[in-house]
Amino acid sequence: MPEAGQTPGNGSRLDNASGPANGHGPLNGNGQPNGPGPGARRPESLTLVPKAQEKLATKDFKSDQEVRWCPGCGDYAILAAFQAFLPELEVPRENVVVVSGIGCSSRLPYYMDTYGMHSIHGRAPAIATGLASSRPDLSVWVITGDGDALSIGGNHLIHALRRNVNIKILLFNNRIYGLTKGQYSPTSEQGKITKSTPFGSLDNPFNPVSLALGAEATFAARSIDSDRKHLTSVLRSAADHRGAAFIEIYQNCPIFNDDAFAPLKDASSRDGQLIRLQDGEPIRFGADGRLGLRAGRYGGLEAVDVADAARESLLVHDARQDDPSYAFALSRLDTTPVAHTPIGVFRQVERPSYDALMAQQVRETQTKQGEGDLAALLAGGDTWTIR
Amino acid sequence: MTKQVQQLDRVIIRFAGDSGDGMQLTGDRFTQETAVFGNDLSTLPNFPAEIRAPAGTLPGVSSFQVHFADHDILTPGDAPNVLVAMNPAALKANLRDLPRGADLIVNTDEFTKRNLTKVGYDASPLTNGTLSEYNLHAMPITSMTVKALEDFDVTRKDAEQAKNMFALGLLCWLYDRPQEGTLSFLRSKFATKPEIMKANIAAFHAGWNFGETTEAFSVKYEVKPATVSKGTYRNITGNTALAYGLIAGAELSGLPLFLGSYPITPASDILHELARQKRFGVRTFQAEDEIAGVGAALGASFGGALGVTTTSGPGILLKAETIGLGVSLELPLIVCDIQRAGPSTGMPTKTEQGDLLQALYGRNGESPLPVIAPCSPADCFAVAIEATRLAVKYRTPVILLSDGYLANGSEPWLIPEVATLPDLTREFSFAGPDDWRDADGGIDFKPFQRDPKTLARPWAVPGTPGLEHRIGGIEKADVTGDISYDPDNHDLMVRLRQAKIDGIAADISPLEVDDPGDEARVLVLSWGSTYGSIGTAVRGVRLAGKSIAQAHLRHLNPFPGNLGDVLRRYEKVLVPEINLGQLALLLRGRYLVDVISYNRVRGLPFGAAELAGVIKDVIDNA
Repeated sequence: MPEAGQTPGNGSRLDNASGPANGHGPLNGNGQPNGPGPGARRPESLTLVPKAQEKLATKDFKSDQEVRWCPGCGDYAILAAFQAFLPELEVPRENVVVVSGIGCSSRLPYYMDTYGMHSIHGRAPAIATGLASSRPDLSVWVITGDGDALSIGGNHLIHALRRNVNIKILLFNNRIYGLTKGQYSPTSEQGKITKSTPFGSLDNPFNPVSLALGAEATFAARSIDSDRKHLTSVLRSAADHRGAAFIEIYQNCPIFNDDAFAPLKDASSRDGQLIRLQDGEPIRFGADGRLGLRAGRYGGLEAVDVADAARESLLVHDARQDDPSYAFALSRLDTTPVAHTPIGVFRQVERPSYDALMAQQVRETQTKQGEGDLAALLAGGDTWTIR
Repeated sequence: MTKQVQQLDRVIIRFAGDSGDGMQLTGDRFTQETAVFGNDLSTLPNFPAEIRAPAGTLPGVSSFQVHFADHDILTPGDAPNVLVAMNPAALKANLRDLPRGADLIVNTDEFTKRNLTKVGYDASPLTNGTLSEYNLHAMPITSMTVKALEDFDVTRKDAEQAKNMFALGLLCWLYDRPQEGTLSFLRSKFATKPEIMKANIAAFHAGWNFGETTEAFSVKYEVKPATVSKGTYRNITGNTALAYGLIAGAELSGLPLFLGSYPITPASDILHELARQKRFGVRTFQAEDEIAGVGAALGASFGGALGVTTTSGPGILLKAETIGLGVSLELPLIVCDIQRAGPSTGMPTKTEQGDLLQALYGRNGESPLPVIAPCSPADCFAVAIEATRLAVKYRTPVILLSDGYLANGSEPWLIPEVATLPDLTREFSFAGPDDWRDADGGIDFKPFQRDPKTLARPWAVPGTPGLEHRIGGIEKADVTGDISYDPDNHDLMVRLRQAKIDGIAADISPLEVDDPGDEARVLVLSWGSTYGSIGTAVRGVRLAGKSIAQAHLRHLNPFPGNLGDVLRRYEKVLVPEINLGQLALLLRGRYLVDVISYNRVRGLPFGAAELAGVIKDVIDNA
């Protein structure tokens, strides 16, 4: 029986090159690569994932498939950032798996020269949960959209987050259904005029970061498709998180919801709009960083003129706060009255990951009870013998 | 006093009481003692879906029937010889099944005016002559138990709750069952509550001793052990056998077992059993819903595990899209459907064979997959191994159709030697980079290039260098697996997926027909859990001097290759099913044979006598 975390395969095949033994030497019984590689500390989520022997480049992660998103789609920028970022992880391509649901964004796995699965609508977090829980030696990424993750797949998203499965979830939020040609989505603003809502949508939208925090995500962040540097830094933080990492990426749909995030991108307005969260740094935003945040009376946050406020009342960003209330309050700032949009890592706290706990439970049981013996199992209980 | 001892060849006992009376436990313990004694046996638990329906009401009645014999038997029996009724509701709910002259043991303490009124008795049936045709043993079981426990440090409520052990003790005396198993069971069950343990043991002894001393029973009975094949046996339920079969399948194929499941009656016990077996490296994942359960299982299969999901009919509906994805991805996946009465919630604790067509066709598009069904509780073990074999060899989801009757029913099981189980590592291999080297030494992996014999595609698991590939639910080009909307390619892929499943027919045993003397003109053909009832009926018909052929299908998709020939060999084919004729529809459509359907959908297994009558009618009219 393969041990917890060991790459599967039937015994004889594990010994030769036809199994998933990947030139790094087989995994040891704990699912850990034999011997740490040279160089810098591995990102937290990859401690059980083998290290690439050779240096990888962006092109190594590009598949031979023609990318088929609409011209100008924000997905191109996200794909490029993702492909350019992955070599930094020093994970062999064969240990990277990208799982997606259905929707425009969910085509992404086809463009990655890694293992990938383009699954069914909303279910990618569930599928990735089974994969990551049984294979801690893989780096598993979930690609999803606002409809896929928050509408049909809402249940799987919140449960993957609360379990803290070691998967990285990239939610491309364009606030519209693209692949079905332009119906409103669960993140569309109320009153949205679309083909399915000619008189305006009636639903109150989700704030994805608020939702993730409500589901007790241990890592929640937001970035923007067009800001390559920022997006890469958030991906880096996500990879360095053990457990489920949730990243909302504002993504422009030029066809059905063009310029939905224009004020956050436009050079003239963005600095006034965005709150760039930097862990350990005082929160400053608005023109010339004039504004800061302080705690309001009822648990919310309020913007204040830095010049007018007592210095000690002004918040310094701390993503490691165990209580999610602060991160949640941050996630509410893009609604009135503050109406500024924080980007960056809202929350990043330590909690054992689900797959690690599962492997640990198997190991502990095997230590305590001994490894299973099929003959003994079958002959257990009350038996009698006919001679 | 010395009791007379009478020999019987078989007995059917039904324990019935309120859901809170512990009848399932009582029946289970009696069964274990009977199994250890060496009788052949078969059981039928029957309980309400409500955990505690209002006490003393008809919907709250729970019963457990056990049939044991000195010879080989196949069913839990049609009608009990003995009914133990712990309250008026249990009497009323079960009396109609009791043949005249049967023994009836009644707990008179519960026959209060209030309890009688609850179930619509105007007067006590114990005294108004209603029960004059039965051999009535009316006794105050509750108060005798309470009295026996006077000196124990337990509450009155705890003492009353031990009344099931009193009844068990009495029945064990009456049928000369061993005691030790039950005593050690009680010692272990109540290990942390020594007073309760002592009280239950005392109640058991009190029941036994009451039987020995009372004049109410002048006769005790013996049912000699059955003469069966040599070997070591245990009593096993279908769900336990299925869980063990899955563990065995994983061990025999060298794959780690991953179960993604959501609790649902009557399948949950498989999840419970597998969750206990972490020592085998089994990973169990209680998902947020049915869809996530199968999704996680499929994800684990993608990663090289044996992915399994367990559910009942309503769960199959929810999983259908993911099962279809499995058909499209061509990955191994075992889907266990423990069928229950439908549609919708139906009757969750009652049995049915209503999901056959759903299993075959309940997905969008042409979505073929193997469907197999066990024929008895113990057979669930072998069928789970067969499901594993088909899943890993052909890289396909497999649906295993058990049902509530098999799941909870039990029978003695000749424990197989592990060395005799099939070596499934010979049935498949993971794809490796060396299998795909081109002339230049590079790797040219084709994720949908099929094995020419099985038509299975390579199973290349993440972590295998050089075989990185993408799969998905969108139609794939033959060989390369790239996305394809090409009309001819789609037609080809639809046919290839079908041909792969159809080809399994050559890899399974032909249908065996039991037709002694080869002189029958009528064949009775069945599938799933009806095997026992039909087998018993067939024996009865033959004893009555008539010829009847019997065959039972394990593989429902594809059918065994000789099925058409078998069907055409007989003048008439009778197909009894606990649905409205789903197998019959398939047989007619596939083979143009006008089979005769016999259907009862009562949430219960067929009665053997009822079927014997049906078979005789068909023979007489043939």
